[in-house]
Amino acid sequence: MAGQDAPPRGDRKMQQRLARGEAAALGELYDRYASLVHSLAHRVLGEEKAADTVTREVFAHVWEHPETYDPRQGPLRTWITTVTRRLAVGRLRDSEAAALGHGLGGDAGELERKVRHASVAARAYDIVHAMPAPLRAALELAYVQRRDYRQTATDLNVTEDEARRRLRLGLQLLSTAHDAGVPPEPGGAR
Amino acid sequence: MSGAGGHGAHDDDREEDGRQRSEDERYPSRDAPDPVEPPRIPLPRASVEDGERALPDPDDVLPAPLDLPHDVLKSLLGAWALAACSAAETAAVEDHLGGCGACADEARRLREAVGLLHQPESLDLDPGLRTRVLATCLQRRPPRVPVPDWAAAYDTETARLDALLQDFGDAEWHAPVRLRWFEADAPAHRRTTVAGVIAHLLAVDGLIARALGLPDPVAEGAEAAGPTGRTEAFWRASRVPPTAAVRGPWREQSHALVRTVSFTGGHAGGLGVPYGGIELPLHDAMLDRAFECWVHAEDIAVAVDYPYDPPAPRQLHRMIDLAARLLPAALAERRRAGLSAPGTAPHLVSAGAPGQSLRLEIEGAAGGQWLIPLDSPGAVGSAAHEVAHVALDGVEFCRLAAGHLPPEEAAAGQDGDREAIRDVLYATAALSRL
Repeated sequence: MAGQDAPPRGDRKMQQRLARGEAAALGELYDRYASLVHSLAHRVLGEEKAADTVTREVFAHVWEHPETYDPRQGPLRTWITTVTRRLAVGRLRDSEAAALGHGLGGDAGELERKVRHASVAARAYDIVHAMPAPLRAALELAYVQRRDYRQTATDLNVTEDEARRRLRLGLQLLSTAHDAGVPPEPGGAR
Repeated sequence: MSGAGGHGAHDDDREEDGRQRSEDERYPSRDAPDPVEPPRIPLPRASVEDGERALPDPDDVLPAPLDLPHDVLKSLLGAWALAACSAAETAAVEDHLGGCGACADEARRLREAVGLLHQPESLDLDPGLRTRVLATCLQRRPPRVPVPDWAAAYDTETARLDALLQDFGDAEWHAPVRLRWFEADAPAHRRTTVAGVIAHLLAVDGLIARALGLPDPVAEGAEAAGPTGRTEAFWRASRVPPTAAVRGPWREQSHALVRTVSFTGGHAGGLGVPYGGIELPLHDAMLDRAFECWVHAEDIAVAVDYPYDPPAPRQLHRMIDLAARLLPAALAERRRAGLSAPGTAPHLVSAGAPGQSLRLEIEGAAGGQWLIPLDSPGAVGSAAHEVAHVALDGVEFCRLAAGHLPPEEAAAGQDGDREAIRDVLYATAALSRL
């Protein structure tokens, strides 16, 4: 995991440092969020090189327009994942549309389906990374480690009731990934 | 392009797996020819809560259908969707879903949500990506407060090491590491763990933190000691051996160093950093720490059997240059310690005058040529007074300077004064320390 959410005050500070043009802040930002950005882009695009490119564009966007982040709207992490999602889905749309234009198969309906699928996957990824740590820990134990809920309760040192509650709540949060629409066309990454 | 669909297959595997598991669990109860007579006295359930996970849940043994209240069934939906409840509970939930529309709706939603979960990917970010991304950014919007050139190697190397540590679990953090260096012309070594190495880096980087007025991680009393003394003090100061918890403070300090030297900027480059007996200008101290960071990252990588590349040529060149500049003093130290072979008595050369020199030729993209004055640290290297020539690969030279390669094994192309060459190779190894 890429670590806990920085407190909003840290986010504001980071924004100020970026706005001041402090290169060291950009390095720290990269160290904190690069793996999140890259893996999210990879989830959408399914390709290493494209994910590298999106990673570059995300950090360039943040570095060039730090003022477009509004700390009152939420943590920096959320803003960065939103930018990533938009740029990645936009790139997927572009490359699929280009393939369509060249007669390389697929149709407009399939394009939309792919974009939609990728958006949902990206939102799900976001949700998992933004959900409260206790919920994420429970889901990880049950899903990744394949512990049943009693074992999960023991591992987390909580009651079985609480383990059941966390698993259900975590999945409920995750299921909202299906509700959101497709992010707007690129250019809206702000 | 497969898009996110590439991962879809993954999901399906998992989902099928999940189903598989719950079915496996159900079979014994359904197919058991003769239900085992339930024990009259229930097994103590408390033991499960006590953490003895090995005890079978009575529910798994008893096929009797559970009669659970609606609230409990509802609370089980998450665990059910994840195939994380007992066979009896699974059966009870599924029985209930047939008759409760609200729960059936939620169950479907939660099952779909499970399909959105992913096994964690082992994502090794290309370590070169950081440099490329930052370069693009800084080109598009030049920084008002740049990271000084001489701090770039430290910035890059600490980031590379941190990326290596990213996915380490306890096994990796406690993997044994053998730190090797050269002392008095003989190999020396010291055993520690991966976490111990990071503690070592934290303690020695603290020399610079201290010089810059940042908090010193080493306890009072040992602050003034050199790298070895500080490390020993740091290791001793905690009652338990270092753990993964050391990563945070190390990374925080390394970020703080880069941040601070960016602001003190070019002016502070010459600030003296006491370095245990000697004093290095800040820009050289930062370069030395970058070098140590790489060397120890490689020690760690070897210990956990990961690949680890040498620094980029630009950074490597700076590190080689630092070692080459430190050589005259190391040669003088050898003479003082009586380690130089007799017969290489130095010519007396006044400071700043050209003296007998060895031409150090480093091959590869990071390479170059350095004229090492042999007579005294005050003398100036001179092509006209060249008495020997050594050619070495850049990474090999760094391994030698790190004490990881015995001087006699350095595959150097050499000609000229044999003793001078030997002296320089041993002096290079002597640059190493714990």
